[in-house]
Amino acid sequence: MDHAETFRIHRQPYYRPQGDEVTLFAAAYAARLPVMIKGPTGCGKSRFVEHMAWKLGRPLITVACNEDMTAADLVGRYLLEADGTRWLDGPLTTAVRIGAICYLDEIVEARQDTTVVIHPLTDHRRVLPLDKKGELIRAHSDFQLVISYNPGYQSLIKDLKQSTKQRFAALDFDYPTAKLEAAILVSESRVDESIAERLVEVGATARRLKGHGLDEGISTRLLVYAATLITGGVAPREACRMALVRPITDDRDIRQTLDLAIDAIFTD
Amino acid sequence: MVTVRPAKPTEAADPRWSERLRLARERLDCRFPAVQAVFEKCLLDAVAVLSEDALDAYLDRARWLGKIGRGDEPVRAFLEQWPKIAAAVGEDTLPAVERVLTALHKSPNARTIAPFLRTLATVANRLLAEATLPAYLELVVSLMERSSGSIHGIHQTFASPALPEFFSQSATLLDTLTLDGLRQWVDYGLRNHPDHPERLQDYFGLRSPDSRAVWHRQRRGVQFSDHQRLLELFLRALWNDPGPLQAYPVDPEKIRRPSCDAAAIYLPDALDTHAGVDGLDRYRAILAHLAGHRGWSRPIFADNFSPLQRLAIEVFEDCRIDTLILRRYPGLRKLFLALHPAPRAGDCDPRQRSCLRHRLTMLSRALLDAEHGYTDATLIEFVARFQALLADGQGAGEAMVALALAWVARTRQPSDQSAEVHFAGTEIDYRDDNRHLWQFHELSDDEEMFESRPPPPRVEEAERLPPCYYPEWDYATQSYRPDWVSVYESLHPAGDSAHIDQLLARHERLTRRLKRLLDHLRPQDRVRVRYREDGSELDLDIALRSLIDLKSGVTPEPRINMSHRRNGRNLAVTLLLDLSQSLADKVTVGDGQQSILELSQEAVSLLAWSIEQLGDLLAIAGFHSNTRNDVRYLHFKGYGESWHAEVKSRLAAMQAGGSTRMGPAIRHATRMLQSRRTEKKLLLILTDGQPADVDVQDDRLLIEDARKAVEEAERLGVFTYCISLDPRADDYVSDIFGRRYTVIDHIERLPERLPQLFMSLTR
Repeated sequence: MDHAETFRIHRQPYYRPQGDEVTLFAAAYAARLPVMIKGPTGCGKSRFVEHMAWKLGRPLITVACNEDMTAADLVGRYLLEADGTRWLDGPLTTAVRIGAICYLDEIVEARQDTTVVIHPLTDHRRVLPLDKKGELIRAHSDFQLVISYNPGYQSLIKDLKQSTKQRFAALDFDYPTAKLEAAILVSESRVDESIAERLVEVGATARRLKGHGLDEGISTRLLVYAATLITGGVAPREACRMALVRPITDDRDIRQTLDLAIDAIFTD
Repeated sequence: MVTVRPAKPTEAADPRWSERLRLARERLDCRFPAVQAVFEKCLLDAVAVLSEDALDAYLDRARWLGKIGRGDEPVRAFLEQWPKIAAAVGEDTLPAVERVLTALHKSPNARTIAPFLRTLATVANRLLAEATLPAYLELVVSLMERSSGSIHGIHQTFASPALPEFFSQSATLLDTLTLDGLRQWVDYGLRNHPDHPERLQDYFGLRSPDSRAVWHRQRRGVQFSDHQRLLELFLRALWNDPGPLQAYPVDPEKIRRPSCDAAAIYLPDALDTHAGVDGLDRYRAILAHLAGHRGWSRPIFADNFSPLQRLAIEVFEDCRIDTLILRRYPGLRKLFLALHPAPRAGDCDPRQRSCLRHRLTMLSRALLDAEHGYTDATLIEFVARFQALLADGQGAGEAMVALALAWVARTRQPSDQSAEVHFAGTEIDYRDDNRHLWQFHELSDDEEMFESRPPPPRVEEAERLPPCYYPEWDYATQSYRPDWVSVYESLHPAGDSAHIDQLLARHERLTRRLKRLLDHLRPQDRVRVRYREDGSELDLDIALRSLIDLKSGVTPEPRINMSHRRNGRNLAVTLLLDLSQSLADKVTVGDGQQSILELSQEAVSLLAWSIEQLGDLLAIAGFHSNTRNDVRYLHFKGYGESWHAEVKSRLAAMQAGGSTRMGPAIRHATRMLQSRRTEKKLLLILTDGQPADVDVQDDRLLIEDARKAVEEAERLGVFTYCISLDPRADDYVSDIFGRRYTVIDHIERLPERLPQLFMSLTR
């Protein structure tokens, strides 16, 4: 079986464009420019990349980055077998070989020395050196690198190096407008439109508290969760508490404020 | 006695009543003309509420009061007041009151019998709900005993300066305090001003600032300061309104409603439960309403409207705002309706008094509550017109004003202008004073308004920064004294930095020894972590061993990888120096004398140098105090500064003076440390004596306060450690710091010990 087939997306992922990001991304892909997507957590960055991979008909390899991730986790490593060692390609190497879109999610979470391995792929060279194996892979002509990045919890320690930042074209994402967000909730969870509008209102209250004890507002993703719970028969207020308030904070004052907001918005 | 009870004073002419009056006069046996004058009226009141036995007891007690030789005041006060008191709390409380009277009589405070009796009726009414009159009486006796002076400790010889003041304030205080709160307030005053009759008077007369502060603290209901953040979050989350919020003191004698202007939203500083809604929810209702105004109301020119018209316009505007609020947050309806009065239609008679407010309140209720149940046709018509205006959109502007004016014109009554206004049940609790709603073309009706006011004179600002206020823990009441201590911070003046370099040079051998120690401690940037199941690299040694195991059929070791980890120290340190006068004391070092100050300078220099080598963040500050109003916090070195000449010059100028008020200094240092974003925070305190200050007589007080400050620091994630140079420190230092302290017995070894201590603490 074609290796690329396993990574191909067959069903259209639901995505509602917020602006002209679809055309912009397509243009970047046409030139094989690496793209960086910025935006708060849960605003639809990953969904957008999936959607674009489907639209462009390319396989998609997603890597969720974390602090413990090393260069070997991206590039590949030798494994020990009964009769010697065997090289196993990492996800980035696979993508480079088969011409997939490689999506490094939340790249700032990875350590800075790890992110440096993508540098040769992101300029005119488009190569990936495997120094342990002594191989230099030329990227497949369809390969593209996409990273996502949340400037929300930017700290001195967790930031991309300038040398990394300046290799990407960037798209700014934010939470969708209230109307659009409600439409997304309806289509994702089949929830009643009026309830969707109220959920969006709850989301807005939390987003206003950002920086006042909340690091991030309630994401569209969490709103979808709440809507799904409501469609599943959970009372709206309970669903909001469970999906929107409890996950995002342990601060008592903020919890109380959000609970109140929910009580003020949902009367039943 | 004959049982005759005239129902009305007109029956007083009844012969049986005059007989009875004569008997009662005989029983009273009192010839003061002032008493005789009021006796008949008092007896009438008494007969109306007291039983026969109680009436006899009443007369007997009055007789006794007439004979104690204190003039006619006590007996008159008793005769007049007792019927009212008995009506409020029942006649069977007389024995308890009698005990207080006896106690007052037997002490030098007999002059206060009359004031006591005169206020008792009001007090009894205030305490009715709690049924705590006996407890109040006990409080009076204990206050009397504790505040009356005595010379030789046996007999009380001086009248209590507090008691008369207390009686003058007790009714006001009980308006806002529970009895328990009143007891706390009394207790605080007695404990803190035991030896100053004037201060005691000021305290109990509610004139001194601490008296008012403690009173505010003890008030019933929800305190604004306890919930400010919660309320600000509420405002921001629901209304996207940044505030800010500001509290104004609630004064029972002045009515002030919440309000807002461009600068802030003003709220009362405490709210009690009202109509079954607790204070916090009342705050929220007020905030919601005000935020609605700020979002949707636009100012209107007031000049062309009469006061009545303005009142109506305000009510229509308030209802419009509330409707819009409820449209957005329907969950607030329950809260608004609970706080909104629902006056009954027939409550006010327009023939006798002005019913304007009553009509407006009914209208306002009907506009908010669909189930208002009023049947008045005009009211229903206006509700419909109001709702039609708001049906699509926000209904702002001319049309709403016109509707209000139409309502005034339609419902006008001749009595509206009357001075007798029906107020009962027309106060809508959560609404503001609407001052933001009006603007004026002319600033005043006066003709001569052409002279603008002179600008206020410029106040010369003091050169120091404004103080930070900190509370102080009072262990006896187990409560904080609010904003008790003022801490002034400033940069320490500079001296000659060469002095510090000389000191360091003197300890050259020690420096070299420390350097070796430090090299061990210095963080190795990358550390290899072996035996990892997954890591960044294969650990060949283990992999081979594992391979061999595998080949020979033994279970192989799966942890054949290794990884690297950064081993950085993530530490912020504040070194807090006690700069009190005792620092100037001399100690014998070797064959000469050296002051503790100089030794501290050496030690601190060495420590600063060592920490600089380690790369940790270090701040150095000193403190001394001269009463609670002047605690100085002096910066020698900030976190951002490196160990350079300027810092050294400040250290060189170090001076001793003042006392050791440790608590506020710890609190301030903790606040500074808290803003650092490091993993570990360490507060080192170098002191040579126990906490003390010139305005505190109680030794324990400042020790307990320091202990509390250390606890607070701990809760905020700051690790405190004390280095004491006081040989007698064992008596108290563990009370403050638990087990986190070291007493350095040989002070001359301080320069050596301090850096070592630091290193062992942070290894």
